[in-house]
Amino acid sequence: MASKKEKASAYWKENIKYLTILLIIWFLVSFGAGILFRENLNEFRLGGFKLGFWFAQQGSIYVFVILIFIYVRLMNRLDKKYGYDE
Amino acid sequence: MSVQVWTWILVGITFSLYFGIAIWARAGSTKEFYVAGGGVSPLANGMATAADWMSAASFISMAGIISFAGYDGSVYLMGWTGGYVLLALLLAPYLRKFGKFTVPDFIGDRYYSNTARTVAILCALIVSFTYVAGQMRGVGIVFSQFLQVDITLGVFIGMAVVLVFAFLGGMKGITYTQVAQYCVLIFAFMVPAFFISMQMTGNPIPQLGMGGKVEGGTFLLDKLDALHTQLGFNEYTGGTKSTWDVFAITLALMAGTAGLPHVIVRFFTVPKVKDARKSAGYALLLIAILYTTAPAIAVFSRTNLIETVSNKEYNTIPEWFKNWENTGLIAWTDKNKDGKIQYVAGSALSSKKPEFTNKRGSNGERLISNANNAANELYVDRDIMVLANPEIANLPNWVIALVAAGGLAAALSTAAGLLLVISTSISHDLIKKQLKPDISEKGELLAARIAILVAIIIAGIFGIYPPGFVAAVVALAFGLAAASFFPAIVLGIFDKRMNKEGAIAGMIVGISLMLFYMIKYKTGLIGVMDPRPANEWWFGTSPEGFGTVAMLVNVVVSIIVSRATPAPPEKVQEIVESIRIPSGAGEATSH
Repeated sequence: MASKKEKASAYWKENIKYLTILLIIWFLVSFGAGILFRENLNEFRLGGFKLGFWFAQQGSIYVFVILIFIYVRLMNRLDKKYGYDE
Repeated sequence: MSVQVWTWILVGITFSLYFGIAIWARAGSTKEFYVAGGGVSPLANGMATAADWMSAASFISMAGIISFAGYDGSVYLMGWTGGYVLLALLLAPYLRKFGKFTVPDFIGDRYYSNTARTVAILCALIVSFTYVAGQMRGVGIVFSQFLQVDITLGVFIGMAVVLVFAFLGGMKGITYTQVAQYCVLIFAFMVPAFFISMQMTGNPIPQLGMGGKVEGGTFLLDKLDALHTQLGFNEYTGGTKSTWDVFAITLALMAGTAGLPHVIVRFFTVPKVKDARKSAGYALLLIAILYTTAPAIAVFSRTNLIETVSNKEYNTIPEWFKNWENTGLIAWTDKNKDGKIQYVAGSALSSKKPEFTNKRGSNGERLISNANNAANELYVDRDIMVLANPEIANLPNWVIALVAAGGLAAALSTAAGLLLVISTSISHDLIKKQLKPDISEKGELLAARIAILVAIIIAGIFGIYPPGFVAAVVALAFGLAAASFFPAIVLGIFDKRMNKEGAIAGMIVGISLMLFYMIKYKTGLIGVMDPRPANEWWFGTSPEGFGTVAMLVNVVVSIIVSRATPAPPEKVQEIVESIRIPSGAGEATSH
């Protein structure tokens, strides 16, 4: 392993990469599917729901919960990889 | 047994439980008082955060608001849950690693300046007081409704109860009581929802029932849209707000949620950085149970309400309608003298609330003096949707009483959490860190308890004599938090170059802009007494959504000012590097 400082900055870079990906999904399901593109999505249906409406009142919330738990897993793995877990 | 007896029994049992826990979890040290000793498990912390988060407003009003707002209500659903993603990813782990007691602690140390700390304390107090003022009123209303006392007495009872567990236990007492309160409130929210979903759609899971079919084979939501169109309302799934405003309000609520001091402080109470992340996940999971059920309840009760009252003879209307009419939350005027209830789009009144005369009309209805000439004859207060739901659906008495116990749990847990943040700001951030650094631990603990007492009294006064703008202002607490803390903390972690000049300038500009806009367009204190009309809003942004604009201004100002002034000292840059790495968090300390 490289010096302590390089290790820390490599860890931080990977962390930022995860954050960016997860936050893009966060944005897409709520602001995207639930707000900006909901009219288009409302053309499709999920059972009795119009799809855009479903994302705004149900779907986005489910995805939020899943996102945090994915983040927890990714970070736990990352901590182990760099020896930051305790 | 009657509803009243059931209410006393259930409220009695749950309250004995809360008091028992408060006495068991007394706080002995400042650390226990501020952060529950730092040893709370992630699941327990998640439950406490969820109870803290879900106030009387979430429990009672939210489903009602959505019920009347339809799609527009989505801003609250997404805003108040999506904020936890920001919290988990951008704030909680780093603040836990930093390992102090409060948000002003972080701002003060990260921006190496007592000015920054003072600005943060001020922001924390403004945000928390705006929020708690509404809560105490809520506590009073809930007590008065359920125990049949007047609101003033209701507020007093609420003050006394909060005092016992906040005063004795501090964060430790509050955390463990909130765990119990979470269980009570979620059980109370879900039971009627299961029953009603089963009744209407044959599917007991409300989240699925909402998208299910009703008798006759049409989808529930299609039926509701059709009813709405028929009566002249906008389609339920359509909405009326502009796309930009929905966007802005949602973002302001999300950033505000992540920046609320009483939510952030929760993540100082767990042992490790890893636990802070996990705990945010649990908190959101537990909150999501209520937040995905609320829109289903909204749809059920909206459909039920329209079907029960629209074009029905007043004489044949069920008993619950008349009970709520007697409390003043429903009012009906037979404008066209046909003895039937016409419920269509538009207000039935010439002002916001019905003004009852003491007379009864020819059908036995309570007469009001401020009916207008519009076609709509019915006034329904949004708050009754959750409360009346079990009665409308003919559920057993114990379920109705259970909702009462749940509403009380929701109101009390939130008020207690907020009051603690206020007292911590004063005893820890102000007295210990600024005015009298050599204060002993015992002295600080005493100061914290006195501060909590004073805060309860002030909050109680707000509850008894609500200034007219309080209700309007509570939702704006999120805008204030989004405009002040959220950028300062995120930049403090992710932008190593951010210095004190930038952060202070950003916070001051952000919160002032938000305060100005809110006062101008919400209360009308500047210039004329009426709030300025909506067509004057900047870029069509409502005051609720303006937090997004103020937040962006904060970020821009912070970055420009910081780049024009010297970089932060080496030592501070080391702090930033250290909080980015999760290991070695140790326990939260005051030094």
